[in-house]
Amino acid sequence: MSGSREQILGRIRSNLTQAAGPLRETPEVLEKRTIAHERGIRPSRVDKDAAGLVDLFVQRAEKVNATVARIASIDDIPDALATYLANENLPAAFRMSDNPDLNAVPWDKRPALEITKGASDGKDEVGLSRAVGGVAETGTLILASGKESPTSLNFLPETHVVMVKRSEIEGTYEDGWDMVRAKGALSRAVNFITGPSRTGDIEQTIYLGAHGPRRLHILLVDDA
Amino acid sequence: MQPHSHNFKANASHALKNKNLQSALSQMKVGFIERRQTAVDDMPEFEELRDQARDLKNHTLANLDFYLERYEQKATEAGGHVHWAATAAEARKIILDICESVDAKNVTKGKSMISEEIALNDAIEAAGLNVVETDLGEYIVQLRKEPPSHIIAPAVHVLRSEVEDAFREEHKHLADERRLTEPSDLLNEARQVLRQKYMEAEVGITGANFLIAETGSSVIVTNEGNGDLTQTLAKVHIVIASIEKVVPTLEDASSILRVLARSATGQDFSSYTTFSTGPRRPEDLDGPEQYHVVILDNGRSELLGGEFQDALRCIRCGACMNHCPVYHAVGGHSYGWVYPGPIGSVLTPTFLGVEEAGHLPNASTFCGRCESVCPMRIPLPKMMRHYRVKEYENGLSPPSVRAGLDIWGFFARRPSLYRMASRLGSFALRVMGGKRGRADSLPLAGGWTDHRDMPIPTGPTFQDQWSARGGRRRPSR
Ligand code: SF4
Repeated sequence: MSGSREQILGRIRSNLTQAAGPLRETPEVLEKRTIAHERGIRPSRVDKDAAGLVDLFVQRAEKVNATVARIASIDDIPDALATYLANENLPAAFRMSDNPDLNAVPWDKRPALEITKGASDGKDEVGLSRAVGGVAETGTLILASGKESPTSLNFLPETHVVMVKRSEIEGTYEDGWDMVRAKGALSRAVNFITGPSRTGDIEQTIYLGAHGPRRLHILLVDDA
Repeated sequence: MQPHSHNFKANASHALKNKNLQSALSQMKVGFIERRQTAVDDMPEFEELRDQARDLKNHTLANLDFYLERYEQKATEAGGHVHWAATAAEARKIILDICESVDAKNVTKGKSMISEEIALNDAIEAAGLNVVETDLGEYIVQLRKEPPSHIIAPAVHVLRSEVEDAFREEHKHLADERRLTEPSDLLNEARQVLRQKYMEAEVGITGANFLIAETGSSVIVTNEGNGDLTQTLAKVHIVIASIEKVVPTLEDASSILRVLARSATGQDFSSYTTFSTGPRRPEDLDGPEQYHVVILDNGRSELLGGEFQDALRCIRCGACMNHCPVYHAVGGHSYGWVYPGPIGSVLTPTFLGVEEAGHLPNASTFCGRCESVCPMRIPLPKMMRHYRVKEYENGLSPPSVRAGLDIWGFFARRPSLYRMASRLGSFALRVMGGKRGRADSLPLAGGWTDHRDMPIPTGPTFQDQWSARGGRRRPSR
């Protein structure tokens, strides 16, 4: 309702101009600040070289109940995934996003793996996605929606497997935003995912697998 | 919900006698505090991060008009619809109109305190639609037909056995022999029932932890993933957010996120932080076809430039109530409206008026723990004191309190009389306490001595001790 818009903004403006403290800036200054992507304090826990950041990423992800498989090259993904599924007593079937890197995996090495592609309809037990990158400070994966990465795949399957390369592990969320921005226009949904779904709503005890995935498995591919 | 904050005293004494509630509260008391401390210890820059978060929000609030307009422009460019609601009634109408426009029958909801503030569920149901809360805690309190008792842990007052009772009552498909005693049983049951709801819903409603001016995005932070399923699977996603949720950039949101989860649940980071920008794009395989944002004022703009502006920095982490001895004793429902605990004692009188909620700022021991943990450094005790003054000035304090204060004021303005009276009082108490050094009943202090003994002063008054040790009096002017 446009009447309310003017009313609300008008009230804000008049109260702020009356109080006009030193924090009130000109539109030019604010304009600059909005596009400058200025960063705040950088947590010292990420003061590490690339290998150190990868270790921190793994350590933090495992701390929040994700599992991580370090893999030498994409050629080893079929074996690694088949083994993981067998160990977890899961069917050798999954739905994956239609992503060039995932398509490039030599899946025929494990012909028993049954692969479907695209968005999830809620019936898939396992989903496989490709991350934009990982953030070491909290073991967080960044996924950006698009035709190569449907959001439903991140939340509907009980087991979510995500592929990310070593070179895509950065220190902080802000580093993560640079990776996202480098890919072009901001996706409809950008998911920061840190461990599997959980809840503390029954007597404040944490249980995994509330509505989203019960398991989060990270395939960390060595491309360095 | 219908406020009943004016009944705080009665609510509280009811709560103190409620065994289940007391047992649930005793569990939360330690858990939240320990977890937060562990998370804070793991982040050496935490105090600087709090300063930064405070400054950032102060900057944003001082320039809120600019950032809201920028947010609106960017959200619209991304294909979203931005609606402005000055009042709760207006927000409800906007949301119901959207539901009607797509002929919605089923609505799912992610957790949103603002939707509680505007009593959205009642309005949706009154319009003949089904609405289901998808956050497990919210779902539990919805089944129990009660409001949440905590802003991030809505069912913190409910015991596990009571969750089972609520499920058995409402989930008619459950066979009697189906085991529901383990938390994992309850979780599976809720998961199954709610999966169906996500799929059926035409409209999904979520709140927002932040709105980003730079990009026009809305941000939700959850652990369960329910908010994401709500907003991804429905045809229409409606975000309801209040004006103070906007921050300038993605970097700014990231900075504040570093103090949010640590203060709230004591996690390093919540499982899911999602930035949503507009509806499904042509090439997307999923996501909502329509994306609406309702920006709610509901009295907040009046706080700008005034003594309560700082309250608008609140990021609703719940740390103040997690650390509040009064909240620990009486739980969230005693506060009688949507926002409990110290922040509730500040917000409720602001939204509902001092007449309805003027008692709440008295529900404080002024121990200062809330301010000491608030990630946004909101001076909560100072604000409660403001309200106490207002309550007194407006003549709303009970006559006994006014009379007591008047008497105290009389003596306080006459130092030598004050000293004499306190010596006399302390002597009288010692006589009444006898050898035990405690009194089990005292005139005018039944509210205290009905429940516990009053310890008796053991030595000379403070002022006598002070001058005996050579302490100086304030120089007279
Ligand atoms: S007042 Fe501070 S501690 Fe309380 S909920 Fe708001 S931000 Fe958290």
